[in-house]
Amino acid sequence: MKAQDKQIGAPMNRVDGRLKVTGGAKYSAEYELPNMAYAVLVGSTIAKGRLTSIDAKAAEKAPGVLAVVTHFNSPKVPGFDTAGKDPSQPATVGGPLKIFKDDKIRYNDQVIAVVVADSWERARYAARLVKAQYAQEKHKTNLEASVSDAFLPTAAKKNPKHPMNDYQRGQVDAYKTGAIKLESEYVIPTEVHHPMELQSITAHWEAPDRLTLYDKTQGTMATRRDFAKEWNLPEENVKVIATFVGGAFGNALHSWPHESAAIIAAKVVNRPVKLMLTREQMFTNVGYRPYTWQKLGMSATPDGKITAITHESIGQTSTYEEFTESTLAQTRMMYQSPNVTTRYRLASLDVCSPIWMRGPGEATGAFALESAMDEMAHMLNLDPLEFRLRNYTEQDPEKNKPWSTKFLKECYQLGAERVGWNKRQLKPGSLRDGEWLIGYGMGVGTFGAHRGAATVGAQLLPDGTVLLQCATTDIGPGTGTVMTQIAAETLGLDPKKIRFELGNSSFPKAGTQGGSSTVNSVGPATQEACLALKEKLRTLAGAAFASAKKEDVTLTDGYLTLAGNAGARVPYADLIKQGGDKAVTVEAKPGPEGQQYSMYSFSVHFAEVRVHELTGEVRVSKLVSCADAGTIVNEKTAGNQMKGGAVGGIGMALMEAAHIDDRFGRYVTKDFADYHVPVHADSPDVQVAFVNKPDPHVNNLGTKGIGEIAIIGVAPAIANAVFNATGKRIRELPITPDKLI
Amino acid sequence: MNQFQYVRPSKPQAAIEAVTKDANATFIAGGTNLVDLMKRGIATPQKLVDINRLPLNKIEKENNGLRIGALALNSAVADDKLVRQKQPLLALALNAGASAQLRNMATVGGNMLQRTRCSYFYDLAMPCNKREPGTGCGALEGINRMHAIFGFSDKCIAVHPSDMSVALVALDATVLVSGPKGERRIPFADFHRLPGDTPEKDTNLEKGELITAVDIPDGPFTKHVHYQKVRERASYAFALLSVAAALDIENNTIKAARLAMGGVAHKPWRLTAAEQVLVGKPATEATFRQAAEVAMQGAKAFKHNAYKLKLGPNTIVQALRTAAAAA
Ligand SMILES: Cc1cc2nc3c(=O)[nH]c(=O)nc-3n(C[C@H](O)[C@H](O)[C@H](O)COP(=O)(O)OP(=O)(O)OC[C@H]3O[C@@H](n4cnc5c(N)ncnc54)[C@H](O)[C@@H]3O)c2cc1C
Ligand code: SF4
Repeated sequence: MKAQDKQIGAPMNRVDGRLKVTGGAKYSAEYELPNMAYAVLVGSTIAKGRLTSIDAKAAEKAPGVLAVVTHFNSPKVPGFDTAGKDPSQPATVGGPLKIFKDDKIRYNDQVIAVVVADSWERARYAARLVKAQYAQEKHKTNLEASVSDAFLPTAAKKNPKHPMNDYQRGQVDAYKTGAIKLESEYVIPTEVHHPMELQSITAHWEAPDRLTLYDKTQGTMATRRDFAKEWNLPEENVKVIATFVGGAFGNALHSWPHESAAIIAAKVVNRPVKLMLTREQMFTNVGYRPYTWQKLGMSATPDGKITAITHESIGQTSTYEEFTESTLAQTRMMYQSPNVTTRYRLASLDVCSPIWMRGPGEATGAFALESAMDEMAHMLNLDPLEFRLRNYTEQDPEKNKPWSTKFLKECYQLGAERVGWNKRQLKPGSLRDGEWLIGYGMGVGTFGAHRGAATVGAQLLPDGTVLLQCATTDIGPGTGTVMTQIAAETLGLDPKKIRFELGNSSFPKAGTQGGSSTVNSVGPATQEACLALKEKLRTLAGAAFASAKKEDVTLTDGYLTLAGNAGARVPYADLIKQGGDKAVTVEAKPGPEGQQYSMYSFSVHFAEVRVHELTGEVRVSKLVSCADAGTIVNEKTAGNQMKGGAVGGIGMALMEAAHIDDRFGRYVTKDFADYHVPVHADSPDVQVAFVNKPDPHVNNLGTKGIGEIAIIGVAPAIANAVFNATGKRIRELPITPDKLI
Repeated sequence: MNQFQYVRPSKPQAAIEAVTKDANATFIAGGTNLVDLMKRGIATPQKLVDINRLPLNKIEKENNGLRIGALALNSAVADDKLVRQKQPLLALALNAGASAQLRNMATVGGNMLQRTRCSYFYDLAMPCNKREPGTGCGALEGINRMHAIFGFSDKCIAVHPSDMSVALVALDATVLVSGPKGERRIPFADFHRLPGDTPEKDTNLEKGELITAVDIPDGPFTKHVHYQKVRERASYAFALLSVAAALDIENNTIKAARLAMGGVAHKPWRLTAAEQVLVGKPATEATFRQAAEVAMQGAKAFKHNAYKLKLGPNTIVQALRTAAAAA
């Protein structure tokens, strides 16, 4: 690609693609430090109670073992007494588990010991020799049995403006008196993120008060803050490195016990300590999408106008944190309805805390809302797309503000054409191909176009290349790639001459990668840093440049040039010789537009499914995902996001579920033989289409965010297609064969 | 993982001796099941006797049948010309199991001896009579979606997870075994056991006995065969339930039939009564339904696996339909 080509929008290959497929990319578990030790966790075998003793004698005597740290011998973690709730996570009341601080067992497989040895294999062997005694108490792990104890989140109780409060527009529960009405209950089971890369950390105390962490995290700054606080250190004494992250889907948005354990262990043995979770521990100690019960009531007029919606939900949380998510947000703003009631509640169970999982909350809520839309359309004998169009919102009915942009109708049209929606029959069970029943369904998704402050540093290096740095992480979406494109276009420089470094808390600061906000936030910071760099170089380049217009300055192959002035060419070498600072650091912040507009990304997913008439197996034969996500900076990486989300949606719809045996309060699904995620054969060639129209209000780039809307609405699209194929309405995910025969 | 010794004899007799002599020694073939069990602390052998150097991987004609060496790889058997020609049902069943990578490691002997996938069996913190006799059966009143509907006991309700074995029991195979007391032949249907009061024993193989081969007699089942596996995703998952069906059809009349189910019992479940229903009847949907009904007689479900009572007959019908239609 040449410098003069348009960079934003180009389907550029990933800048780190080669490193990733050749093994050159270094993930957190791959750092080898001199004198390294290895740690393995031991988990509790009860869900609630107290530890009465731990017998670690055999483990301590096992070959190579350096230490066995437990509540009974752990050094005091100074910040545990002062660290209160986590300010970075406003939706979470309580705080991360303070490991080894007390003898309380709060969930099954809670970390009760960490075994450190000179090799991972020896640590693992010794870990099995650690024996614990407990005083067991009666636990609760079943949400359905705890419905009567469900409560309004404390944050909402304290603050009447908190979004988790009950919401009301029009009359309360007006659907009950509606002419045509439905009331349905929906359940989604616990789903686990399971990125390919296991959670891991290498903790290195470089000095008694200086800590370096090679960690799997979505936010280098957040992790730095959490552990600086845990050890009462100034933030600059803690460094967090996460250059590559092998997927996360949300589970590295939180600090978890294994991270604290590795840091404590490193302190005890006074060596760098590497700790990697097992796949089993990925179920129990690093969060999940919470089991959620929902009830949705809806009424409509015979001509298909929604008159009222009531949406209630109860989500699972732990006993030590109140984890909340915006399950009910989509219901408040997606459709035109004069009466809307939402009620959000939590049930505290003896489980590990949940954490946001891709399309958090909204994906759960959309399963209920978009299934109910399909149910109502069916009752009205209306095409579900037509029903949605009749209730389309031209402005945000919740906030009574205009949308910054909304091109959902365009998405509907794109998707309907591509999936062949005109083949859909109103009457379920009408289409078949031999033994396979065929059906079509759709589901809509939305997610706030969030933007936060971000800072990017840019400098011209002596070799004529530009180095950009930012603390943001790249958990897989291609952040480094799109930032390179944005920089290339802004500078007018060949992308090959640009390096965007990220994943290091010492770089200029950025928020955590989550909530589809990175391009929205870091994108403009990159753009502004590049503009500032050009400006700086212009002032060094002599009179012709100093008087020229900013936009006319470009960095080409080794020269600073001016559009329309062929003579104005200053070699970088001259600029560099001149001395003076060739570096800038620029912070970009959201403007006041957020107050004036309602900003959302939108998506719609269309599915064609085949259901076997005898075995109940479901195959998704077509999946079309269309998005209004503002400007698409890179069709390829954006398309990857949409496809990955769609495949996640197939998992959510058809197979993902982690089950607890409530008698023991312990998961029985603990590996990939029991917990299924889609394989290639489960996924059709997902078709993706973007409206690709800029949003002028979120930022100058026009982006709105993609990662979440890629999955929100997929599961109901598939469930609705299953209904259309079979006439069976499945309201409890996943839709496994046993539910369809 | 525990510390263990490792030996790799090149003669069957030496391997048999090594395992017979040592209470905590065990054979290892592809290792795809055993190593997993060792990593989880479920199997704790102190000596591994690697049998991969033994000359037991041939697939050849033998008398009136096929002889498949115990060390023949699952993938090699599934791709073998003779197997595809004479016993295509076996190839279908093998290819329905695991993944290409695993089939490239897994052996015929190891496949037969793979242990149940019951989640309680896999978790040292849970009760399980099969893993630790006397601790109770976690699945009996627990989460038992995957569990048995035939032949279980109140000590264990696990199912045998092998796909290959379902085809072998249908095809009247025989297991050839060599042990400290010499050689013997075990009919495939008697190889695996029902749990009874000793669920810790999966099979009737004695300590030190080495599987050397499997014999499959030639039969007429070269065309109308099908292996129907129902699972929670399109590939790479253990069966909720599976059916191996083989028919010999002439002028639309069934002359001979074989039927077996997987995922329903502690052993691959041969359905002889249903086979008898099929023989002599026209190959029609009505016949298949009738056979399926007979096949399910005596089935009993637990809290979470009642769906198998319906999925079973449906899958039998589907397997028979497809077998009959196979060209
Ligand atoms: C992820 C995964 C998915 C799977 N999916 C399926 C599936 O869908 N369907 C299916 O059928 N299977 C499946 N399997 C199981 C797989 O088929 C078995 O692991 C494999 O067949 C075992 O063969 P092996 O040679 O590796 O046995 P090993 O692991 O080496 O041995 C297994 C046992 O057999 C004993 N043994 C081996 N050979 C002999 C012999 N000749 N004589 C006496 N004892 C012997 C060993 O001592 C050991 O106890 C799956 C396995 C995995 C890991
Ligand atoms: S079914 Fe068998 S294997 Fe499973 S828990 Fe019970 S005894 Fe153990």
